[in-house]
Parts: sequence; C-alpha cells; structure tokens
Amino acid sequence: MKVRVYVSLKNGVLDPQGRAIHHAIEGLGFSGVQDVRAGRLIELDVDDTVTDDALEAMAQQLLANMVIENYRIERVAA
Amino acid sequence: MTFRSAVITFPGSNCDRDMADALEKVSGTAPHRVWHGDDALPDGLDFIALPGGFSYGDYLRSGAMAARSHIMKAVIEAAGRGVPVLGVCNGFQVLTESGLLPGALMRNAGIRFVCRDVKLTVENNQSLFTSGYTAGQEILIPVAHHDGNYFADDATLDRLEGEGRVAFRYAELVNGSARAIAGVLNAAGNVLGMMPHPERMIEPEQGGTDGRALFESAIQGLVGA
Repeated sequence: MKVRVYVSLKNGVLDPQGRAIHHAIEGLGFSGVQDVRAGRLIELDVDDTVTDDALEAMAQQLLANMVIENYRIERVAA
Repeated sequence: MTFRSAVITFPGSNCDRDMADALEKVSGTAPHRVWHGDDALPDGLDFIALPGGFSYGDYLRSGAMAARSHIMKAVIEAAGRGVPVLGVCNGFQVLTESGLLPGALMRNAGIRFVCRDVKLTVENNQSLFTSGYTAGQEILIPVAHHDGNYFADDATLDRLEGEGRVAFRYAELVNGSARAIAGVLNAAGNVLGMMPHPERMIEPEQGGTDGRALFESAIQGLVGA
C-alpha cells in the first residue's frame, strides 16, 4: 500500500525557500500569487499490516521535525 | 591527567580532522576517532565533539539522519551523564535534531550559503566552554553553512535567554537567526551547539586564534590546567 506523508512548515515559521520561489514566480511575470510555502512529500510503500500508529511514530520521530513542521498522512488506495 | 576526547565522524562529515587537530593541539592528546556505525564510545571520555560537514548529504533535513545513527544513542546517554558535548555547524544541527538542544536550524534567511569570518559576542562566559572569554567580548570566528538560521518559539527563546543559555550571538547580520543566536547551551550546561567554527581559529596561521579559548577553557575545566 502506498502512503503519502506531507510535511509542511508550521504557520509563523519563516520560509526563505518559499519566499524565493515566490520571487521567481513574479519574475516570470505571473501576478496574483499572495504567498508561497514549500514543503515535502514523502511516499512510502508499506505492508498492509503497518498500523496508523506506526506511521504516526515514523512521522514524528523522523519524517517531520516537530519543532518547525507539521505533517499529514494519507493512505492511497491501490 | 590525560584528556580523553572523541570526534564522531558521520558519512559526509568534513570538519572532523580540523576538530581532531584542534583538540590535539590544545590538549596535547589526540582524540579517539569514532565512526557513526560504532555502537559504543570509548570508556572514560572527558569530551565528545560532533564536527561540521554534510552528514548523509543533508538528506531529509541537515543532521536528521545522523541524529538517528547508532552512535548517537551512546552520545545522548553520555550527555545525560554530564559528559561535555560540543557540536559545531552540522554538529549543532545534529544536536537539535537529536533533541539534546532545543530549536531547529533552518535555511539561511538570505537563501545563500554563507562562508566568511563573522563577529560574535560572548553572551555567557560562565559555562565550561566559554569561561576563557570575558562577558561581552567580541571574537572573530568563521561560519560556513546553508542552514544556520536558528529557530525556536518565543517561549523557548525567552527561557534560553533567561537561563543564560545563549552562549554566543552574532554581532552582525549572518543568517536570520532568531535573536541573532549563534550558539546555545543545554540546561545542565554540558552541551554546546554553535554554527561558527572555533576549531578553525586556534593558530595564527588560520587567520586568528579566537577559537582557542573555547577548547582551553573546556580542557582546563575538565582535567585541570
């Protein structure tokens, strides 16, 4: 089974990369973009026996840095 | 009394030799070189150093993989027993990722890699690592990092400042760090993480000697002058 873990910066944490991407978008001539936040998508291929609790633990212990990041876990139907 | 120290090398560490040289030149004894995959540290260590570099290619987040390596279990245990631990640059990132120090080191506010000598202010000269400086002393130490932008929530920053755990502050704009923090101590004072590289300023040939006092004060504090 495929699992997607979306890791994003918490609100209020400054995102220099997002800001640079924002500048680049404007540099290309696009307007109307108010803000850009950059995150990370991690895809896992796991056995069906892997529990939600185990996925939560993986996210909290490694995939996200809970000081600065949030995460969201999504199981993807095969 | 002999000073027993260890420098931990992760795959991608590149300041481990500089750190080992600094420790040997100041203490007179070569440190043990410990590989990340080792399960145990040498017995009776007085000092552990986590060097700079790009451990595991900075994959996931700087220091994230190294913080979960085998040897870090032993380093965390040793730190808990009060063994002094110094983390420089990537070593600082490993310390925050491992939970030995609060906060996180994010991408520099200016996006760019910053590699130059910077002025620091010694904020706390009461710690094992900083007693060789005077409070408020300005020193020149090089930085070389992409992810040195220190972040912690306001409550944590207030606590760090209130408890005298900000060891060094940048005396100029460098990377956007919260409250210009360049180095922080743990609550017990035996763990110091800092982005600037004191091991690169211990002999005149390196362009300055302002980093030497950090090693001298730690070594003298531990094994006597």
